[in-house]
Amino acid sequence: MTSGKGPLRVESGRKSPFLESALSLRLQAQNLACERDDRWLFRGLDLDIRAGEIVRVEGPNGSGKTTLLKILSGQLADYEGELYWDERPMRQARESFLSNLLYMGHAPGVKAALTPLENLAWYQAMAGQPRDEAARFAALEDVGLAGFEDLPAGQLSAGQQRRVALARLVLTPRPLWVLDEPFTAIDRDGVGALEQRLVEHARRGGCVLVTTHHELTPCAELRRIRLGGGGVDVGN
Amino acid sequence: MSATDGSLSGGDMSVGHVEPQGGLTVAFCATLKRDLVLMLRRRSEVMNPLVFFAIVITLFPIGISPDPQLLAAIAPGLLWVAALLAALLSLDSLFRADYDDGSLEQLLLTPQPLALLTLAKVAVHWLLTGLPLALMAPLLGIMLALPAGSYLVLALSLALGTASLSLIGAIGAALTVGLSRGGVLLSLLVLPLYIPVLIFGAGAVQAAILGDGIMAHLAILGALLSLALCLAPWAIAASLRISING
Repeated sequence: MTSGKGPLRVESGRKSPFLESALSLRLQAQNLACERDDRWLFRGLDLDIRAGEIVRVEGPNGSGKTTLLKILSGQLADYEGELYWDERPMRQARESFLSNLLYMGHAPGVKAALTPLENLAWYQAMAGQPRDEAARFAALEDVGLAGFEDLPAGQLSAGQQRRVALARLVLTPRPLWVLDEPFTAIDRDGVGALEQRLVEHARRGGCVLVTTHHELTPCAELRRIRLGGGGVDVGN
Repeated sequence: MSATDGSLSGGDMSVGHVEPQGGLTVAFCATLKRDLVLMLRRRSEVMNPLVFFAIVITLFPIGISPDPQLLAAIAPGLLWVAALLAALLSLDSLFRADYDDGSLEQLLLTPQPLALLTLAKVAVHWLLTGLPLALMAPLLGIMLALPAGSYLVLALSLALGTASLSLIGAIGAALTVGLSRGGVLLSLLVLPLYIPVLIFGAGAVQAAILGDGIMAHLAILGALLSLALCLAPWAIAASLRISING
Protein backbone atom coordinates (compact mmCIF):
# COMPACT_ATOMS: atom_id res chain seq x y z
CA MET A 1 0.00 0.00 0.00
CA THR A 2 2.89 2.35 0.71
CA SER A 3 6.29 2.63 -0.81
CA GLY A 4 7.93 2.10 2.55
CA LYS A 5 10.20 5.12 2.12
CA GLY A 6 10.39 7.97 4.58
CA PRO A 7 8.79 8.47 7.94
CA LEU A 8 5.21 7.28 7.88
CA ARG A 9 2.83 7.91 10.71
CA VAL A 10 -0.60 6.52 11.35
CA GLU A 11 -3.06 9.24 12.09
CA SER A 12 -4.05 9.54 15.70
CA GLY A 13 -7.15 11.12 17.13
CA ARG A 14 -10.29 11.65 15.09
CA LYS A 15 -10.48 9.25 12.24
CA SER A 16 -12.55 9.37 9.16
CA PRO A 17 -14.31 6.14 8.25
CA PHE A 18 -12.95 6.56 4.71
CA LEU A 19 -9.42 6.66 5.97
CA GLU A 20 -8.43 3.12 6.72
CA SER A 21 -5.38 3.20 4.50
CA ALA A 22 -4.52 6.86 4.30
CA LEU A 23 -1.43 8.19 5.98
CA SER A 24 -1.41 11.17 8.22
CA LEU A 25 -2.31 14.30 6.37
CA ARG A 26 -2.60 17.26 8.59
CA LEU A 27 -2.20 20.96 8.11
CA GLN A 28 -2.27 23.03 11.25
CA ALA A 29 -2.03 26.72 11.95
CA GLN A 30 -1.56 28.16 15.39
CA ASN A 31 -2.42 31.69 16.34
CA LEU A 32 -2.18 32.82 12.75
CA ALA A 33 -2.45 36.55 12.15
CA CYS A 34 -1.97 38.71 9.12
CA GLU A 35 -1.93 42.48 8.89
CA ARG A 36 -2.41 44.40 5.68
CA ASP A 37 -2.27 48.19 5.45
CA ASP A 38 -2.63 48.66 9.24
CA ARG A 39 -5.66 46.40 9.32
CA TRP A 40 -5.86 42.91 10.73
CA LEU A 41 -7.23 40.57 8.12
CA PHE A 42 -7.43 37.87 10.76
CA ARG A 43 -5.94 37.29 14.20
CA GLY A 44 -5.62 34.34 16.51
CA LEU A 45 -6.68 31.91 13.83
CA ASP A 46 -6.26 28.27 14.85
CA LEU A 47 -6.77 25.68 12.17
CA ASP A 48 -6.54 21.94 12.10
CA ILE A 49 -7.24 20.52 8.68
CA ARG A 50 -7.12 16.77 8.26
CA ALA A 51 -7.54 14.15 5.65
CA GLY A 52 -11.12 13.59 4.57
CA GLU A 53 -12.19 17.19 5.03
CA ILE A 54 -13.40 19.93 2.75
CA VAL A 55 -12.75 23.27 4.39
CA ARG A 56 -14.47 26.21 2.85
CA VAL A 57 -13.06 29.62 3.67
CA GLU A 58 -15.86 32.17 3.60
CA GLY A 59 -16.01 35.90 3.90
CA PRO A 60 -16.85 39.06 2.01
CA ASN A 61 -14.54 40.52 -0.64
CA GLY A 62 -11.31 41.76 0.86
CA SER A 63 -11.65 39.72 4.02
CA GLY A 64 -8.38 37.90 3.39
CA LYS A 65 -9.49 34.59 1.92
CA THR A 66 -6.86 34.58 -0.81
CA THR A 67 -4.21 35.82 1.62
CA LEU A 68 -5.04 32.99 4.02
CA LEU A 69 -4.81 30.43 1.23
CA LYS A 70 -1.49 31.86 0.08
CA ILE A 71 -0.13 31.73 3.62
CA LEU A 72 -1.35 28.18 4.10
CA SER A 73 0.17 27.11 0.79
CA GLY A 74 3.51 28.60 1.79
CA GLN A 75 3.62 31.48 -0.68
CA LEU A 76 3.42 34.41 1.71
CA ALA A 77 5.94 34.78 4.48
CA ASP A 78 4.36 37.95 5.83
CA TYR A 79 2.34 36.54 8.73
CA GLU A 80 2.51 35.83 12.44
CA GLY A 81 1.92 32.46 14.04
CA GLU A 82 3.04 28.94 13.29
CA LEU A 83 2.24 26.49 10.52
CA TYR A 84 2.64 22.75 10.88
CA TRP A 85 2.54 20.03 8.28
CA ASP A 86 2.27 16.50 9.61
CA GLU A 87 2.95 17.88 13.08
CA ARG A 88 6.29 19.22 11.96
CA PRO A 89 7.00 22.95 11.64
CA MET A 90 6.48 24.05 8.05
CA ARG A 91 10.08 25.20 7.72
CA GLN A 92 11.33 21.64 8.17
CA ALA A 93 8.54 19.96 6.29
CA ARG A 94 8.42 22.29 3.29
CA GLU A 95 9.59 19.83 0.67
CA SER A 96 7.20 17.12 1.84
CA PHE A 97 4.41 19.69 2.00
CA LEU A 98 5.00 20.94 -1.54
CA SER A 99 5.11 17.35 -2.84
CA ASN A 100 1.62 16.85 -1.44
CA LEU A 101 0.13 20.18 -2.45
CA LEU A 102 -1.88 21.12 -5.49
CA TYR A 103 -2.52 24.86 -5.45
CA MET A 104 -4.69 26.71 -7.91
CA GLY A 105 -4.86 30.46 -7.64
CA HIS A 106 -7.01 33.20 -9.17
CA ALA A 107 -4.96 33.06 -12.34
CA PRO A 108 -5.33 29.57 -13.77
CA GLY A 109 -1.65 29.18 -14.67
CA VAL A 110 -2.43 28.28 -18.25
CA LYS A 111 -0.21 29.57 -21.04
CA ALA A 112 -2.28 31.14 -23.80
CA ALA A 113 0.23 30.32 -26.53
CA LEU A 114 0.42 26.64 -25.61
CA THR A 115 -2.22 24.01 -26.30
CA PRO A 116 -3.99 22.36 -23.35
CA LEU A 117 -1.88 19.24 -23.95
CA GLU A 118 1.36 21.21 -23.79
CA ASN A 119 0.21 23.07 -20.71
CA LEU A 120 -0.50 19.79 -18.95
CA ALA A 121 2.79 18.30 -20.13
CA TRP A 122 4.61 20.95 -18.11
CA TYR A 123 2.53 20.28 -15.01
CA GLN A 124 3.09 16.57 -15.43
CA ALA A 125 6.85 17.08 -15.57
CA MET A 126 6.82 19.48 -12.62
CA ALA A 127 4.97 16.85 -10.59
CA GLY A 128 7.81 14.44 -11.30
CA GLN A 129 5.68 12.18 -13.46
CA PRO A 130 6.92 10.48 -16.60
CA ARG A 131 5.60 11.78 -19.93
CA ASP A 132 2.24 10.16 -20.48
CA GLU A 133 0.19 11.60 -23.29
CA ALA A 134 -2.68 9.16 -22.81
CA ALA A 135 -3.15 10.38 -19.24
CA ARG A 136 -3.22 13.97 -20.48
CA PHE A 137 -5.85 13.16 -23.11
CA ALA A 138 -7.89 11.35 -20.48
CA ALA A 139 -7.64 14.26 -18.04
CA LEU A 140 -8.77 16.74 -20.68
CA GLU A 141 -11.63 14.52 -21.70
CA ASP A 142 -12.62 14.26 -18.08
CA VAL A 143 -12.97 18.03 -17.72
CA GLY A 144 -14.97 18.24 -20.93
CA LEU A 145 -12.27 19.46 -23.27
CA ALA A 146 -12.21 16.54 -25.67
CA GLY A 147 -11.59 17.92 -29.13
CA PHE A 148 -9.85 21.05 -27.83
CA GLU A 149 -6.55 19.36 -27.00
CA ASP A 150 -4.56 20.92 -29.81
CA LEU A 151 -5.96 24.44 -29.93
CA PRO A 152 -3.90 27.23 -28.37
CA ALA A 153 -5.39 27.85 -24.93
CA GLY A 154 -5.67 31.54 -25.79
CA GLN A 155 -8.40 30.69 -28.27
CA LEU A 156 -10.47 28.93 -25.62
CA SER A 157 -13.06 30.67 -23.47
CA ALA A 158 -12.31 31.73 -19.90
CA GLY A 159 -14.27 28.77 -18.57
CA GLN A 160 -12.42 26.36 -20.83
CA GLN A 161 -9.08 27.76 -19.73
CA ARG A 162 -10.16 27.22 -16.14
CA ARG A 163 -11.02 23.66 -17.09
CA VAL A 164 -7.51 23.15 -18.45
CA ALA A 165 -6.21 24.12 -15.02
CA LEU A 166 -8.77 21.85 -13.35
CA ALA A 167 -7.51 18.93 -15.41
CA ARG A 168 -4.51 18.99 -13.10
CA LEU A 169 -6.75 17.65 -10.32
CA VAL A 170 -7.14 14.51 -12.37
CA LEU A 171 -3.70 14.40 -13.91
CA THR A 172 -1.37 14.92 -10.96
CA PRO A 173 -2.71 13.18 -7.88
CA ARG A 174 -1.91 15.15 -4.75
CA PRO A 175 -3.71 14.68 -1.44
CA LEU A 176 -3.95 18.35 -0.42
CA TRP A 177 -5.88 20.65 -2.73
CA VAL A 178 -5.81 24.38 -2.09
CA LEU A 179 -8.20 25.98 -4.54
CA ASP A 180 -8.86 29.70 -4.74
CA GLU A 181 -12.22 30.35 -6.43
CA PRO A 182 -12.06 27.23 -8.62
CA PHE A 183 -15.65 27.72 -9.80
CA THR A 184 -14.88 31.01 -11.56
CA ALA A 185 -16.20 31.05 -15.12
CA ILE A 186 -17.33 27.42 -14.95
CA ASP A 187 -20.81 26.60 -16.26
CA ARG A 188 -23.52 24.97 -14.15
CA ASP A 189 -22.80 21.38 -15.20
CA GLY A 190 -19.11 21.94 -14.61
CA VAL A 191 -19.76 23.35 -11.15
CA GLY A 192 -21.74 20.25 -10.21
CA ALA A 193 -19.04 17.93 -11.52
CA LEU A 194 -16.29 19.84 -9.74
CA GLU A 195 -18.22 19.84 -6.49
CA GLN A 196 -18.66 16.10 -6.85
CA ARG A 197 -14.95 15.76 -7.47
CA LEU A 198 -14.10 17.66 -4.28
CA VAL A 199 -16.37 15.40 -2.22
CA GLU A 200 -14.91 12.27 -3.80
CA HIS A 201 -11.41 13.49 -3.14
CA ALA A 202 -12.23 14.03 0.55
CA ARG A 203 -13.92 10.63 0.79
CA ARG A 204 -10.83 8.97 -0.63
CA GLY A 205 -8.73 10.47 2.12
CA GLY A 206 -7.75 13.70 0.43
CA CYS A 207 -8.16 17.13 1.85
CA VAL A 208 -9.58 20.23 0.20
CA LEU A 209 -9.21 23.85 1.20
CA VAL A 210 -11.37 26.06 -0.96
CA THR A 211 -12.66 29.59 -1.25
CA THR A 212 -15.76 30.19 -3.27
CA HIS A 213 -18.81 32.40 -3.42
CA HIS A 214 -20.70 29.48 -4.83
CA GLU A 215 -22.82 27.74 -2.20
CA LEU A 216 -21.50 24.20 -1.73
CA THR A 217 -24.01 21.44 -1.13
CA PRO A 218 -23.82 20.50 2.57
CA CYS A 219 -22.20 17.14 3.21
CA ALA A 220 -20.51 15.34 6.08
CA GLU A 221 -17.04 16.34 4.92
CA LEU A 222 -17.73 20.07 4.67
CA ARG A 223 -16.46 22.49 7.29
CA ARG A 224 -16.50 26.27 7.18
CA ILE A 225 -14.13 28.98 8.27
CA ARG A 226 -15.54 32.46 8.29
CA LEU A 227 -13.27 35.46 7.89
CA GLY A 228 -14.20 39.10 8.05
CA GLY A 229 -14.09 42.08 10.34
CA GLY A 230 -10.80 41.05 11.90
CA GLY A 231 -12.47 38.26 13.84
CA VAL A 232 -12.55 34.64 12.88
CA ASP A 233 -15.31 32.18 13.33
CA VAL A 234 -14.27 28.58 12.99
CA GLY A 235 -17.26 26.30 13.04
CA ASN A 236 -18.92 23.39 11.45
CA MET B 1 -7.00 0.74 -13.21
CA SER B 2 -4.91 3.77 -13.95
CA ALA B 3 -4.73 6.78 -11.67
CA THR B 4 -6.84 8.81 -14.05
CA ASP B 5 -9.61 6.26 -14.20
CA GLY B 6 -9.55 6.03 -10.44
CA SER B 7 -10.27 9.66 -9.94
CA LEU B 8 -13.09 9.53 -12.46
CA SER B 9 -15.00 6.83 -10.70
CA GLY B 10 -13.61 7.45 -7.24
CA GLY B 11 -14.62 5.64 -4.14
CA ASP B 12 -12.31 2.70 -4.24
CA MET B 13 -8.98 4.47 -4.21
CA SER B 14 -7.52 6.33 -1.30
CA VAL B 15 -5.22 9.29 -1.57
CA GLY B 16 -2.05 8.74 0.37
CA HIS B 17 0.99 10.80 1.01
CA VAL B 18 3.18 11.66 -1.90
CA GLU B 19 6.84 11.25 -1.10
CA PRO B 20 9.11 14.04 -2.28
CA GLN B 21 10.25 13.01 -5.72
CA GLY B 22 13.47 13.84 -7.47
CA GLY B 23 12.75 14.55 -11.09
CA LEU B 24 14.78 17.76 -11.15
CA THR B 25 16.16 16.94 -14.58
CA VAL B 26 12.67 16.24 -15.89
CA ALA B 27 11.36 19.50 -14.45
CA PHE B 28 14.36 21.46 -15.75
CA CYS B 29 14.03 20.07 -19.27
CA ALA B 30 10.26 20.59 -19.28
CA THR B 31 10.65 24.24 -18.28
CA LEU B 32 13.40 24.73 -20.86
CA LYS B 33 11.28 23.16 -23.57
CA ARG B 34 8.10 25.01 -22.60
CA ASP B 35 9.84 28.39 -22.64
CA LEU B 36 11.58 27.68 -25.93
CA VAL B 37 8.28 26.73 -27.54
CA LEU B 38 6.60 29.80 -26.08
CA MET B 39 9.27 32.15 -27.37
CA LEU B 40 9.36 30.53 -30.79
CA ARG B 41 5.59 31.07 -31.05
CA ARG B 42 6.10 34.76 -30.33
CA ARG B 43 8.70 35.41 -33.00
CA SER B 44 8.38 39.17 -32.81
CA GLU B 45 9.62 39.14 -29.25
CA VAL B 46 12.68 37.20 -30.35
CA MET B 47 13.26 39.50 -33.31
CA ASN B 48 12.84 42.82 -31.47
CA PRO B 49 16.26 42.89 -29.74
CA LEU B 50 17.99 41.83 -32.96
CA VAL B 51 16.30 44.53 -35.02
CA PHE B 52 17.04 47.07 -32.27
CA PHE B 53 20.71 46.04 -32.35
CA ALA B 54 20.89 46.40 -36.14
CA ILE B 55 19.17 49.79 -36.18
CA VAL B 56 21.26 51.28 -33.38
CA ILE B 57 24.48 50.21 -35.09
CA THR B 58 23.24 51.69 -38.39
CA LEU B 59 22.64 55.03 -36.69
CA PHE B 60 26.27 55.57 -35.75
CA PRO B 61 27.81 55.86 -39.24
CA ILE B 62 24.92 58.18 -40.10
CA GLY B 63 25.17 60.27 -36.96
CA ILE B 64 28.93 60.44 -36.41
CA SER B 65 30.79 60.01 -39.65
CA PRO B 66 31.16 57.38 -42.34
CA ASP B 67 34.95 57.65 -41.98
CA PRO B 68 36.16 54.02 -41.67
CA GLN B 69 39.16 54.91 -39.51
CA LEU B 70 37.11 56.79 -36.95
CA LEU B 71 34.43 54.08 -36.89
CA ALA B 72 36.98 51.28 -36.55
CA ALA B 73 38.43 52.97 -33.48
CA ILE B 74 35.12 53.07 -31.64
CA ALA B 75 33.53 49.94 -33.16
CA PRO B 76 34.29 47.49 -30.28
CA GLY B 77 32.70 49.74 -27.70
CA LEU B 78 29.73 50.61 -29.90
CA LEU B 79 28.97 47.00 -30.74
CA TRP B 80 29.22 45.94 -27.14
CA VAL B 81 27.09 48.78 -25.76
CA ALA B 82 24.42 48.27 -28.41
CA ALA B 83 24.33 44.50 -27.81
CA LEU B 84 24.11 45.10 -24.06
CA LEU B 85 21.15 47.46 -24.47
CA ALA B 86 19.46 45.06 -26.88
CA ALA B 87 19.79 42.24 -24.36
CA LEU B 88 18.38 44.52 -21.67
CA LEU B 89 15.38 45.33 -23.86
CA SER B 90 14.00 41.82 -23.70
CA LEU B 91 14.69 41.24 -20.01
CA ASP B 92 11.55 42.89 -18.73
CA SER B 93 9.37 40.17 -20.22
CA LEU B 94 11.45 37.33 -18.75
CA PHE B 95 9.09 36.64 -15.82
CA ARG B 96 6.27 39.04 -16.67
CA ALA B 97 4.04 36.64 -18.61
CA ASP B 98 4.51 33.92 -15.99
CA TYR B 99 3.59 36.39 -13.27
CA ASP B 100 0.44 37.51 -15.08
CA ASP B 101 -0.95 34.09 -15.96
CA GLY B 102 -0.18 32.42 -12.64
CA SER B 103 2.54 30.02 -13.83
CA LEU B 104 5.06 31.80 -11.64
CA GLU B 105 3.09 30.84 -8.52
CA GLN B 106 3.13 27.28 -9.75
CA LEU B 107 6.87 27.42 -10.39
CA LEU B 108 7.42 28.66 -6.83
CA LEU B 109 5.30 25.83 -5.44
CA THR B 110 7.20 22.96 -6.99
CA PRO B 111 9.26 20.87 -4.58
CA GLN B 112 12.28 21.18 -6.87
CA PRO B 113 14.81 23.92 -6.09
CA LEU B 114 13.51 27.13 -7.61
CA ALA B 115 17.01 28.44 -8.29
CA LEU B 116 17.76 25.66 -10.75
CA LEU B 117 14.40 26.00 -12.49
CA THR B 118 14.94 29.72 -13.00
CA LEU B 119 18.24 28.76 -14.60
CA ALA B 120 16.22 27.07 -17.34
CA LYS B 121 14.37 30.31 -18.02
CA VAL B 122 17.62 32.29 -18.11
CA ALA B 123 19.13 29.73 -20.46
CA VAL B 124 16.25 30.23 -22.87
CA HIS B 125 16.71 34.00 -22.68
CA TRP B 126 20.38 33.64 -23.57
CA LEU B 127 19.73 31.12 -26.36
CA LEU B 128 17.21 33.40 -28.04
CA THR B 129 18.77 36.79 -27.26
CA GLY B 130 22.45 36.67 -26.32
CA LEU B 131 23.51 33.98 -28.74
CA PRO B 132 21.76 35.49 -31.81
CA LEU B 133 23.20 38.90 -30.89
CA ALA B 134 26.68 37.38 -30.72
CA LEU B 135 26.22 35.69 -34.10
CA MET B 136 24.86 38.86 -35.67
CA ALA B 137 27.53 41.21 -34.30
CA PRO B 138 30.25 40.34 -36.87
CA LEU B 139 27.87 41.30 -39.70
CA LEU B 140 27.28 44.68 -38.11
CA GLY B 141 31.02 44.91 -37.48
CA ILE B 142 31.53 45.06 -41.24
CA MET B 143 29.31 48.13 -41.32
CA LEU B 144 31.54 49.79 -38.72
CA ALA B 145 34.70 48.81 -40.62
CA LEU B 146 35.86 46.60 -37.76
CA PRO B 147 39.43 45.51 -38.60
CA ALA B 148 39.85 41.97 -39.82
CA GLY B 149 40.98 39.41 -37.29
CA SER B 150 38.71 40.64 -34.50
CA TYR B 151 35.41 39.21 -35.76
CA LEU B 152 35.71 35.85 -34.09
CA VAL B 153 36.77 37.44 -30.83
CA LEU B 154 33.78 39.80 -31.03
CA ALA B 155 31.34 36.90 -31.41
CA LEU B 156 33.07 34.85 -28.73
CA SER B 157 33.27 37.67 -26.19
CA LEU B 158 29.61 38.54 -26.79
CA ALA B 159 28.51 34.92 -26.44
CA LEU B 160 30.35 34.63 -23.13
CA GLY B 161 29.40 38.08 -21.93
CA THR B 162 25.70 38.03 -22.77
CA ALA B 163 25.32 34.83 -20.72
CA SER B 164 26.50 36.80 -17.68
CA LEU B 165 24.24 39.68 -18.70
CA SER B 166 21.22 37.36 -18.86
CA LEU B 167 22.00 35.96 -15.42
CA ILE B 168 22.57 39.34 -13.76
CA GLY B 169 19.63 40.91 -15.58
CA ALA B 170 17.30 38.14 -14.48
CA ILE B 171 17.88 39.20 -10.85
CA GLY B 172 16.60 42.66 -11.74
CA ALA B 173 13.73 41.22 -13.78
CA ALA B 174 12.73 39.04 -10.82
CA LEU B 175 12.84 42.01 -8.45
CA THR B 176 10.68 44.21 -10.67
CA VAL B 177 8.21 41.62 -11.95
CA GLY B 178 5.53 42.69 -9.46
CA LEU B 179 5.72 46.33 -10.49
CA SER B 180 3.45 47.53 -13.26
CA ARG B 181 6.11 49.77 -14.82
CA GLY B 182 9.29 48.04 -13.81
CA GLY B 183 11.09 48.53 -17.13
CA VAL B 184 12.96 51.74 -16.34
CA LEU B 185 13.71 50.67 -12.78
CA LEU B 186 15.05 47.41 -14.15
CA SER B 187 17.51 49.30 -16.37
CA LEU B 188 18.65 51.48 -13.48
CA LEU B 189 19.17 48.44 -11.27
CA VAL B 190 20.94 46.29 -13.78
CA LEU B 191 23.07 48.60 -15.94
CA PRO B 192 25.63 49.44 -13.22
CA LEU B 193 26.14 45.72 -12.67
CA TYR B 194 26.84 45.26 -16.39
CA ILE B 195 29.94 47.47 -16.27
CA PRO B 196 32.55 44.77 -15.49
CA VAL B 197 31.25 42.58 -18.30
CA LEU B 198 31.32 45.54 -20.70
CA ILE B 199 34.89 46.48 -19.75
CA PHE B 200 36.34 43.04 -20.38
CA GLY B 201 34.09 42.26 -23.36
CA ALA B 202 34.93 45.42 -25.28
CA GLY B 203 38.50 45.09 -24.02
CA ALA B 204 38.85 41.68 -25.62
CA VAL B 205 37.83 43.01 -29.03
CA GLN B 206 40.10 46.05 -28.65
CA ALA B 207 43.00 43.78 -27.72
CA ALA B 208 42.36 41.63 -30.79
CA ILE B 209 42.48 44.72 -33.01
CA LEU B 210 45.74 45.87 -31.44
CA GLY B 211 47.20 42.38 -31.72
CA ASP B 212 47.57 41.94 -27.95
CA GLY B 213 46.73 38.74 -26.16
CA ILE B 214 43.00 38.20 -25.82
CA MET B 215 43.13 35.26 -23.48
CA ALA B 216 43.25 37.34 -20.31
CA HIS B 217 40.08 39.20 -21.23
CA LEU B 218 38.23 36.07 -22.28
CA ALA B 219 39.37 34.28 -19.13
CA ILE B 220 37.98 37.07 -16.97
CA LEU B 221 34.70 36.98 -18.93
CA GLY B 222 34.62 33.26 -18.27
CA ALA B 223 35.33 33.84 -14.59
CA LEU B 224 32.52 36.41 -14.40
CA LEU B 225 30.19 33.91 -16.03
CA SER B 226 31.13 31.16 -13.57
CA LEU B 227 30.57 33.51 -10.69
CA ALA B 228 27.20 34.59 -12.08
CA LEU B 229 26.24 30.95 -12.69
CA CYS B 230 26.98 30.07 -9.08
CA LEU B 231 25.38 33.04 -7.37
CA ALA B 232 22.72 34.54 -9.65
CA PRO B 233 20.22 31.62 -9.56
CA TRP B 234 19.89 31.91 -5.77
CA ALA B 235 19.48 35.67 -6.03
CA ILE B 236 16.85 35.24 -8.77
CA ALA B 237 14.94 32.71 -6.67
CA ALA B 238 15.03 34.95 -3.59
CA SER B 239 13.95 37.96 -5.66
CA LEU B 240 11.01 36.06 -7.10
CA ARG B 241 9.87 35.09 -3.62
CA ILE B 242 10.09 38.73 -2.54
CA SER B 243 8.12 39.86 -5.61
CA ILE B 244 5.36 37.32 -5.13
CA ASN B 245 5.12 38.35 -1.48
CA GLY B 246 4.47 41.98 -2.35
